[in-house]
Amino acid sequence: MLGKLNWSAIPIDQPIPMITSAVVALAILGILAWVVVKGHMPYLWEEWITSVDHKRIGVMYILLAAVMLLRGFADAIMMRGQQAVAFHSQGYLPPEHFNQIFSAHGTIMIFFVAMPFVIGLMNLVVPLQLGVRDVAFPTLNSVGFWLTATGALLVNISLVIGEFARTGWLPYPPLSELTYSPGVGVDYYLWSLEISGVGTLVAGINLVTTVLKLRTRGMTLLRMPMFCWTTLASNLLIVAAFPILTATLAMLILDRYFGFHFFTNEAGGNMMMFMNLIWAWGHPEVYILILPAFGVFSEVVSTFSGKPLFGYRSMVLATMAICVISFMVWLHHFFTMGAGPDVNAIFGIASMIIAVPTGVKIYNWLFTMYGGRVRFATPMLWSIGFMVTFIIGGLTGVLVAVPPADFLLHNSLFLVAHFHNVIIGGVLFGAFAGYTYWFPKAFGFRLHEGFGKAAFWFWLIGFYVAFMPLYAVGMLGMTRRMQHYDVPEWRPWLMLAAFGAVLILIGIVFQILQLVVSIRHRDELCDRTGDPWHGRSLEWATASPPPVFNFAIPPDVRGEGAYWAMKTHAQRQDLEKHEPEYEDIEMPRNSPTGFVCAFFATVMGFALIWHIWWMVAAGLVGAFATFVAFAWRDHDEYVIPAAEVARIDRANLAERRALLGAAGSS
Amino acid sequence: MNILDPQGPIGAADKTILIDSVAIMLAIVLPTIAAIFAFAFWFRASNTKATYWPDWEYSGRIELVVWSIPALTVILLGGVAWIGSHQLDPATPVEGTGSPVRIQVVSLDWKWLFIYPDQRIATVNTLTVPAGASLRFELTSGSVMNAFFIPQFGSMIYTMNGMVTRLHLRADNEGYYQGLSSHFSGDGFPDMLFDVHVISPLAFPDWVAKTARSDLVLNAESYGKLALQTVERDKPTYRLDDPRLFDAIATQMILPGPGPKITSEAAQSYIGASDAR
Repeated sequence: MLGKLNWSAIPIDQPIPMITSAVVALAILGILAWVVVKGHMPYLWEEWITSVDHKRIGVMYILLAAVMLLRGFADAIMMRGQQAVAFHSQGYLPPEHFNQIFSAHGTIMIFFVAMPFVIGLMNLVVPLQLGVRDVAFPTLNSVGFWLTATGALLVNISLVIGEFARTGWLPYPPLSELTYSPGVGVDYYLWSLEISGVGTLVAGINLVTTVLKLRTRGMTLLRMPMFCWTTLASNLLIVAAFPILTATLAMLILDRYFGFHFFTNEAGGNMMMFMNLIWAWGHPEVYILILPAFGVFSEVVSTFSGKPLFGYRSMVLATMAICVISFMVWLHHFFTMGAGPDVNAIFGIASMIIAVPTGVKIYNWLFTMYGGRVRFATPMLWSIGFMVTFIIGGLTGVLVAVPPADFLLHNSLFLVAHFHNVIIGGVLFGAFAGYTYWFPKAFGFRLHEGFGKAAFWFWLIGFYVAFMPLYAVGMLGMTRRMQHYDVPEWRPWLMLAAFGAVLILIGIVFQILQLVVSIRHRDELCDRTGDPWHGRSLEWATASPPPVFNFAIPPDVRGEGAYWAMKTHAQRQDLEKHEPEYEDIEMPRNSPTGFVCAFFATVMGFALIWHIWWMVAAGLVGAFATFVAFAWRDHDEYVIPAAEVARIDRANLAERRALLGAAGSS
Repeated sequence: MNILDPQGPIGAADKTILIDSVAIMLAIVLPTIAAIFAFAFWFRASNTKATYWPDWEYSGRIELVVWSIPALTVILLGGVAWIGSHQLDPATPVEGTGSPVRIQVVSLDWKWLFIYPDQRIATVNTLTVPAGASLRFELTSGSVMNAFFIPQFGSMIYTMNGMVTRLHLRADNEGYYQGLSSHFSGDGFPDMLFDVHVISPLAFPDWVAKTARSDLVLNAESYGKLALQTVERDKPTYRLDDPRLFDAIATQMILPGPGPKITSEAAQSYIGASDAR
């Protein structure tokens, strides 16, 4: 009846997961009870859960990322703690637990923190920057988000019911095959990523279509803000790369569920085929993450320098070059498999070539500051912190692209330090810069600067204290994923790294405090103008938060830096003199399709993991029936009357005129 | 285990390439970092002496320079990578004194088996080699993937079941060193450390003779015991029964290791399910 599921699946003897999950369960129940008692449930359902508004979905993606960041960081600090104490001892985490933790840490941080964070920012901002009212497929957008949430949920269920994979964040066979991993851990991994992978793919299709097909009048491709370009590049990579991930994991599923031999030791299976395929997705994946971050930095550096982005066309070229070359370098993840020198050298050089457009980007941000008036608001601090940190990460990255150097450093903590250097220093700093920069746009008030700066400094210094020692200990031969060790030279570095993790923890605490304090003081931090940073692109041309339709009248773009031009040139007079002619606006209706579909997908995923076949069928039929019901809907749009549009827009224009008047007189 | 303190020609050459590459990159990285701080500081909004060019966004000359600097660096480094990859290909033999020593390496759950087919001996978790001799490793795995790595000797390489990789090293100085698995392989992975004992070429035949007198014999049966998932603390040594044992493992004539012993109730019912399939 319940497949493999029975009471022994719950790790009652392990205090860490039990206490953690009890606390989390109580917190969730508490919040739910509060929501129900206060009568917020209808609001949540109608305005958020069933929303197809790209801004709401973007915010929900970022919320998911923030919550999962806490989970991923809890794993991280436990690992640092374990390695700080596990010298000549077993530490406090037995191998079967430690191995789950590092696997979950990587999986969560990549798939459920970095991915939803950048996809959330793109969702929130790109339609606004393009001057349009929504993404191309609003309901599909909601489906994509909720399927991502399903994946995150399944990973977290594994904490209480069963186990998570103990194979690392990429489950290399044959270790991940049934012979060596007979438990459900790898199955949790596989089904979480199969389901959330579908969500990511539809998000990618949606955003590519939005950028290519939905732009306001005059918004030619070469007038788009840089963030839109990096969004296009990143989502093209998603569309091209995520099917590879899905297919590769499907092959591993066939091995595990139906006795196939794609990657097994026996019967002609080949584990290196898995490594090739997974990295054919995996290397583009890192550019999927970093390109949107590059876009954020381009916006932030330009805005806070009070100048247009230097070398815009060069930046576009560099972005698209990275997009293409990122598919040609995957083999550098396994130079040590013993391929010939020609193969290694060619992939090594191809990897280095990516450093050229990336270097160009750094120089272009540098020259964007040149001749500017640089304001050191929090988003700009993250950007400067990024530029310095990312260069160091780039250096070590090019270093491990040299095959003989990689023969010494592969899989070492030096490598771990490298990819944290580029993912924290690049993707995460970019996500935090974007979060601070666009928060007032999403909610109508700014985040507290003092707490933001404190968080930045703790994160920055914490990062260096946590990861520079890992470079050193990697040079001392320490390999990754060691649950304990006996080498005395490693210990001081690992203790220092653990202290760095504590500094990062303080940074995270400041970020939470910043959010709480900002919400409490939202009246003082209120942004009435819609343009708190003196921005250049169209998202600042509408109110904060924007009305559901974003723009009452689709903006007319006449050059790069569309909003900057409006503020400074002829349209200022237009804005002052004429009231635009408002028209009725049709907007897509909210739909529970995404939520319901994800509910059934969760049921199906859970049942597949535990081999509960009747429940698999129920989930599959339910998810499919949801789509069918959606496909047969009659009324998919509603109309906002012109009078209502006018009422909302007049209020916005009044604030804006006041701003322009002030700017004009100064 | 410091890779910056190599004890053989491969490690030394790997290290030279590592240092050279870092030096080449630092030559552009350090000025760039300095420029970031300098520009950000000088063009701070409160600095009234700094010029403000609100519309300056293009300069062909600067564009040319910023594309050229990383491109030239990468051309230089690409040369280093190309030449280095060919000179330090793990499959290329290393010069050495005396006759080369052939060692067959099998990674098991969770221990290392070193077979000396020409000497008809085998050891577990301890590798003894003569100083200065060319070492010819053939490597495979008896279960999951691992990587064979002696940090102070240089280049690591994967071990994979059903495949044989080749690695050539040389150890120049007598002494005790440490090797490890540098590819995660399961619960016993951190215990896959092994001792490396470099002895004088004159002492090597004595060591071989002594080891050959071992009471333990390595054959299919004793190999089967080694292939079980255990952590080996004793470092046993063996007489080798059949010098083709390695080939039998690499060609899967001997089946790969059985994986975990199933103990829990949940896993039992699971095995039942897979049998039914």
